[in-house]
Amino acid sequence: MDFSLSKKHTLVQSMFHDFALKEVKPLAAQIDEEERFPVETVVKMRNLNMMGIPFPSALGGGDGDTLAYILAVEQLSRFCATTGVILSAHTSLCSAPIYAFGTPSQKQRYLPKLNSGEWLGAFGLTEPNAGTDAGGQQTIAIKQEDGYVINGSKIFITNAGYADVYIIFAMTDKSQGTRGISAFILEKDTPGFTVGKKEKKLGIRGSSTCELIFNNVHLPKENLLGEEGKGFKIAMSTLDGGRIGIAAQALGIAQGAIEQTVAYVKQRKQFGKPIGAFQNTQFKLADLETKIEATRLLVYRAAVLKDQGRPYSNEAAMAKLYASQTAMEVTVECLQLFGGYGYTRDYPIERMMRDAKITEIYEGTSEVQRMVISGNLLR
Amino acid sequence: MNIVILVKQVPDTTEMKIDKTTGTLIRAGVPSIINPDDLAAIEEALVLKAKYGAHCAVVTMGPPQAEEMLREILGRGIDTAYLLSDSRFAGADTWATSTTLAAFLKTLDVDLILAGRQAIDGDTAQVGPQTAEKLGIPQVTCVEEILSLNDHHITVQKAYETYSDLLEVDLPCLLTTLNSMNQPRGMNFVDAWKAYDKTIVRIGFDDLHLPLDQVGLKGSPTQVKKTFTRSVQSGFIKQELSPEDAAKTVSEILKAYME
Amino acid sequence: METKDIFVFAQQVDHQIDDVVFELLSEAKKLTASIQIDDFHVVAVLLGENVTDLTSVLFEHGADTVIVCDHPRLHRYSTDDYADVLCEIIRDKKPDSFLIGATGIGRDLAPRIAARIDTGLTADATQIEIDPTGEHPTQLWITRPAFGGNLFGTIVCPNHRPQMATIRPNVLLADFHQVGRTGNVETFECTIENEPRVRWLKRIPKSTHGVNIAKARIIFSGGRGMVGHFDLLEKCANQVGGVVAASRAAVDLGEAPKDVQVGQTGKTVRPTLYIACGISGAVQHTAGMDKSEFIIAINKDPQAAIFTVANVGIVGDAVEILPLLAQEIKRIQEANA
Repeated sequence: MDFSLSKKHTLVQSMFHDFALKEVKPLAAQIDEEERFPVETVVKMRNLNMMGIPFPSALGGGDGDTLAYILAVEQLSRFCATTGVILSAHTSLCSAPIYAFGTPSQKQRYLPKLNSGEWLGAFGLTEPNAGTDAGGQQTIAIKQEDGYVINGSKIFITNAGYADVYIIFAMTDKSQGTRGISAFILEKDTPGFTVGKKEKKLGIRGSSTCELIFNNVHLPKENLLGEEGKGFKIAMSTLDGGRIGIAAQALGIAQGAIEQTVAYVKQRKQFGKPIGAFQNTQFKLADLETKIEATRLLVYRAAVLKDQGRPYSNEAAMAKLYASQTAMEVTVECLQLFGGYGYTRDYPIERMMRDAKITEIYEGTSEVQRMVISGNLLR
Repeated sequence: MNIVILVKQVPDTTEMKIDKTTGTLIRAGVPSIINPDDLAAIEEALVLKAKYGAHCAVVTMGPPQAEEMLREILGRGIDTAYLLSDSRFAGADTWATSTTLAAFLKTLDVDLILAGRQAIDGDTAQVGPQTAEKLGIPQVTCVEEILSLNDHHITVQKAYETYSDLLEVDLPCLLTTLNSMNQPRGMNFVDAWKAYDKTIVRIGFDDLHLPLDQVGLKGSPTQVKKTFTRSVQSGFIKQELSPEDAAKTVSEILKAYME
Repeated sequence: METKDIFVFAQQVDHQIDDVVFELLSEAKKLTASIQIDDFHVVAVLLGENVTDLTSVLFEHGADTVIVCDHPRLHRYSTDDYADVLCEIIRDKKPDSFLIGATGIGRDLAPRIAARIDTGLTADATQIEIDPTGEHPTQLWITRPAFGGNLFGTIVCPNHRPQMATIRPNVLLADFHQVGRTGNVETFECTIENEPRVRWLKRIPKSTHGVNIAKARIIFSGGRGMVGHFDLLEKCANQVGGVVAASRAAVDLGEAPKDVQVGQTGKTVRPTLYIACGISGAVQHTAGMDKSEFIIAINKDPQAAIFTVANVGIVGDAVEILPLLAQEIKRIQEANA
């Protein structure tokens, strides 16, 4: 059992780190303040072949693995959680289901462009009345001769408005319950499809989170992803993978937060010495650091299991549950160590705390994760 | 078109500090980096590769850990890497270093050699020109722009202190590059992921057929007699003043120097 | 035949001898005085086309002999032609040392020569002396900065001749000057027949304000703390006939052009008065200015390293101080008028 990253992984990790330090960090505060989607960063990530890391080069991907991909999400999130989720939603929630469930012609049509970063992806499952109860889909897809007509809406969709491709879910047969849900691939300029209002959020404010509105949207049958009625399974399976990405985002946030704090406590002096010299500070940081390392092991393990082709759903849920809790705890405690300065926007810690909260909620709330883990334990 | 880039792994001297108690340079914990002027050479090579389809090889003379640096360079898109490493090469001054490099470069088919102008540890700017001399090829140092390239010559802009010259140079030749000439790219995922799959060719003393007294410390005409750090001066006047008092203090001193 | 004499490369561009040559001649004069061997002289080597009239200024600054090689191909500097001729001269005359200014030309030329002659070359020297142990009466001990200015090394070339060094401009003193002094002119015939491998196409003047900070008496220098406020430095500098220089941080941020950058990778200056504003004083910067006669430092941070080299240190905000200083200068100038 080798707990260290391979040389290959270490090298790409340093590549992601250098990129994040140089190109992502300088923008982080500004895009949060302005609630601005960093289009220029996406272009740069595209130029560095970061938008299709775990997919085969035959489909325009990087021939990398899940572990390499989440190392990227982690390094980005260390400096900017917004940038981390842009990559995560695109890769795990859009490219991944097309890769896993698409027909050869769907893969050919969408993956090269998604993997090269020419197109950006998004995933639309959540509705105003269907969050954790994702099975309660109210968006309807009525089957017609040559395709489907879709009516309804989605809410809280990451990358909305900037994405070129959306994986969306709709009820094709209400009588079947969750087995009546189907998945579709939607392109942005399809008539009847509009992106609705952008949410004003507590954190990841640079991430574009919007409603999707479907008003008699005609989709050809070629755009059905997987089989009719298999949409719910596709959604759940996709979220299993996305969970690892969000866990990596949370890990990155926690890592970034503790680094900022360690630098601060070495430098900030009170009562004649750096506050890092006080045992209270030291013990607190020791606890937080341990939790971050534990998180790291859970996150990397889930990624490795996926790469090994072994079942990973339970481990991914544990990783996300623990990582998001850790991110929240670390950022709150670290802000406390910053004291008054931490409450101001002059330091990044308050943004990291605001960013951390969403990791306990999206792509399956912590409660959902507990359902998965206990379900696995008690069956 | 075959391009070779000469690079050196150096300690990040901009991050180095002097131990105040012993007065010696603290070398431990200082990260090793690709020499900044060499990054410019790598970037120029990659631009030429994209433009002319050139094959790019990187060559370094150094200890075994220089291999990590070579992987980072392969991760940027350079095609092949060579590491000249042998305990007998150690301690070389620029004469011995260039002798070793030239002996190896003679075995390659090279049209253009790019080297960083100077390393931030040695600071001599001598290895490039001396290697060119030993290869018997023309050199241009302090190149700030490459304008065009064909099979026979290259046109470059060379920086002097107060002007620049446009020069046309026969190939093969050696150019040294200034780190201000471009914005070096970082690694990209595809090349970084494949970097460890490539073989780095290791060249030792026995591969080069050079006499032992022409390499390493033994082959160095210059020797270091001693090294020392600058002594930190102290005992000068330092005071915190209001802006008005500060202005008066400075103007009093300036008065003596004004006409 | 034994080697003798200290040779100095008399760099000329467009018929102007570079100032560093006078610094080298003065230094060579001091070194030959320490050497105390009767026949050890200072020899300047002058290459160019129609340059014989420049020999007089070389004698006045310390050359005992000037070797002149006059040839159309030497009209403009080229590595190959200059190296070819100088190597011929070295092989013929067998100097004991050969000093070259560490100018753009010097640092291009010297390594080429040293590689061909198979001798040692020390780069960018800031100090030269004769072996202080007395063991080797003509051996040069050459001190130079390395590791970005963090470390100094003293280098010797014990077994190869000539001992070669490039010397950093503006560090040694060009204090030998005897008007009307003359010496021995030797003409060196050279033939250059090969086709040039490097062909000069065009000269492009650098778009600068033409400021040569290396020559200024008073320098107002700005660092990161002055970003956005360089006009305050310009105002004060203009009032007193000084110039504005910058640290690398300020140049990197676009506040000032590279040719006014002071430091290890910029220029070395030794003005009579150097006023450092908002400059932290990292060793890479102080390497380029700590030989200034008098240094005033203004920085908000009392721990700034610049205070360790300043004669007078003021803890304060230069952005606030400089406008008030401008007023004070105006007041003084009006009072003197």
